[in-house]
Amino acid sequence: MTSHRLIGMARQVGGTAVTLLITFIGLLAVTFIISRVVPIDPVMSILGERASEAQILEARLRLGLDEPMWKQFGLYVGQALQGDLGLSVRTREPVAQEIARHFPATLELATLATILGVLVGVPAGVLAATRPGSLYDQIVRLVGLMGYSMPVFWLGLIGLLVFYGQLGWVSGPGRLDASFQMMFEFEVTPVTGMILLDTALAGRWDMFANAFSHIILPASLLGYISMAYISRMTRSFMMNELGQEYITTARVKGMPERRVIWVHAMKNVAVPLITVVALSYASLLEGAVLTETIFAWPGLGSYITDALLVADMPAVLGGTVVVGAVFIGLNMLSDLLYRLVDPRAV
Amino acid sequence: MTMMDWLRDQNPSSRAQARAGQAYLNWLRLRRNPLAMAGLLIASVLMLVAIFAPWLAPYDPIAQDLSQRLLPPLTPGHVMGTDEFGRDIFSRILFGSRITLYIVLLVVLTAPVAGLFIGTVAGYFGGWVDSVLMRITDIFLAFPKLILALALVAVLGPGMVNAVLAIALTSWPPYARVARAETLTVRNSDYIAAVKLQGAGGGRVIWGHIMPMCLPSVIIRVTLDMAGVILTAAGLGFLGLGVQPPLPEWGAMISSGRKYLFEQWWVATMPGLAIFVVSLGFNLLGDGLRDVLDPRSSGK
Repeated sequence: MTSHRLIGMARQVGGTAVTLLITFIGLLAVTFIISRVVPIDPVMSILGERASEAQILEARLRLGLDEPMWKQFGLYVGQALQGDLGLSVRTREPVAQEIARHFPATLELATLATILGVLVGVPAGVLAATRPGSLYDQIVRLVGLMGYSMPVFWLGLIGLLVFYGQLGWVSGPGRLDASFQMMFEFEVTPVTGMILLDTALAGRWDMFANAFSHIILPASLLGYISMAYISRMTRSFMMNELGQEYITTARVKGMPERRVIWVHAMKNVAVPLITVVALSYASLLEGAVLTETIFAWPGLGSYITDALLVADMPAVLGGTVVVGAVFIGLNMLSDLLYRLVDPRAV
Repeated sequence: MTMMDWLRDQNPSSRAQARAGQAYLNWLRLRRNPLAMAGLLIASVLMLVAIFAPWLAPYDPIAQDLSQRLLPPLTPGHVMGTDEFGRDIFSRILFGSRITLYIVLLVVLTAPVAGLFIGTVAGYFGGWVDSVLMRITDIFLAFPKLILALALVAVLGPGMVNAVLAIALTSWPPYARVARAETLTVRNSDYIAAVKLQGAGGGRVIWGHIMPMCLPSVIIRVTLDMAGVILTAAGLGFLGLGVQPPLPEWGAMISSGRKYLFEQWWVATMPGLAIFVVSLGFNLLGDGLRDVLDPRSSGK
């Protein structure tokens, strides 16, 4: 890598960072506007209906509600950038702390789902691209479109009904059996907050197996949705590459077809695929909202929907900001990886 | 001259004839794709069912009959069984198609129009207008759709109109992107310059000469998006934030059937099947339409 290229890249990264900061502040602007049009008075929701005039006035001052809107927004952005998302109306705890507690569960689910999606989706897409129009190709296309069309919460219910209720192959809702839950809390030191990792680190393989039997169903269902997207994109990228001249050259040289596809073409397919995987990872964090409610999975999605039901707006908006920030972050990450992998990108 | 000859005429005598001929060719190409035709069939059936629901449905979708509650599918008179209030699930699904179609139509009439407007204006005027509009678009794109819709409905209150509003507010950005890209490709062409020389202002150029060029790509996107709209609406209904009971919205029906999942599986399963079939139909149709209408993807 030449120094010239490094400087070019640094400049691009700086530019992206500025764009992202603007986008993030825009995101906060939207949640700020939403929070200000809420018909619920933030003061009332904290103090209750019977607060005296003086108390209300005092609270308004303390919350900065007497300031002009732009100042309030400045305050809001400043707090958010420092990781302060306000207090939950329901529990009176900082929203940021609660989210930090719930996030690992969602992350664990989405990560496992993405891994499954990539492991199945990429080979399926590649094989479809090498036999366009074949029965196999049609099947991959149909299975993919089915994944796009499935309401994820319904898929979750069917999954529970069949694999838990009827066949008994997997464990039901939750992250652990109740008996293991207590043990886990007392005997395993939380390192990552992800049960699979934590139990493996602690060497508690009995707990690991139980956690795995809980996570595998929701992860597979989400993985199917992400597989639908990944296999489709892989197919179209691969088709595109296989039409290029360097592929013809490689074939003319007598290179085995397997090597042509998996080494030569795959190298170029991998570049745009990074973005696709990042996007599907981000959308899984979102898809998890509905899945988590089905599987009683104590993640960010359950946190947001539970808060919704009791109109706990700071919690809902805090969750929205965090998911949005993860979205933006993943986009930036894929952008950076793209530049690192593709020499033409700078 | 028969209708066919008029459509197939190699030397069309009017613009309308040329357009109709092109549409006919596209139709022929679409007809060769069995999956797309299946999609078209499903979409047409949905439309017909929605229109004729009162005549097709054997029972009232809302009236309760507790003596008939939770009957399994294929009970005489109840093909799909009954729910916890003894209502015929089949009838409720038929009536639910009206709600689904209504939501889809409302979203499709608002979000793409807004996106088209923003995208063409940004692309045509360029400069700071473009920067500001596209930055706003990017911000909305950065939002996870469902979560933003959730937050909006939480603020606005549950209900069909608010659900539509929330979905529309979260789904316009991709249209703006598409429209802007199309605008950029035609902005500097000669015919635009000619219109401008004739004294046409920005509004006239955009409305009369740029927007029509953007329509094909927007239409493809709309068809592909319909499935997404259906799924989001059902998701909101499932969480109790969309259409309210006792209206037979499919998502809300799944949600109320959830309690009986292990004993009376059909209550939650049947409406989900309807959602799945309908959104698969739109996806198949959109996929086929893209192959036909989008010159860039043809031959792939």
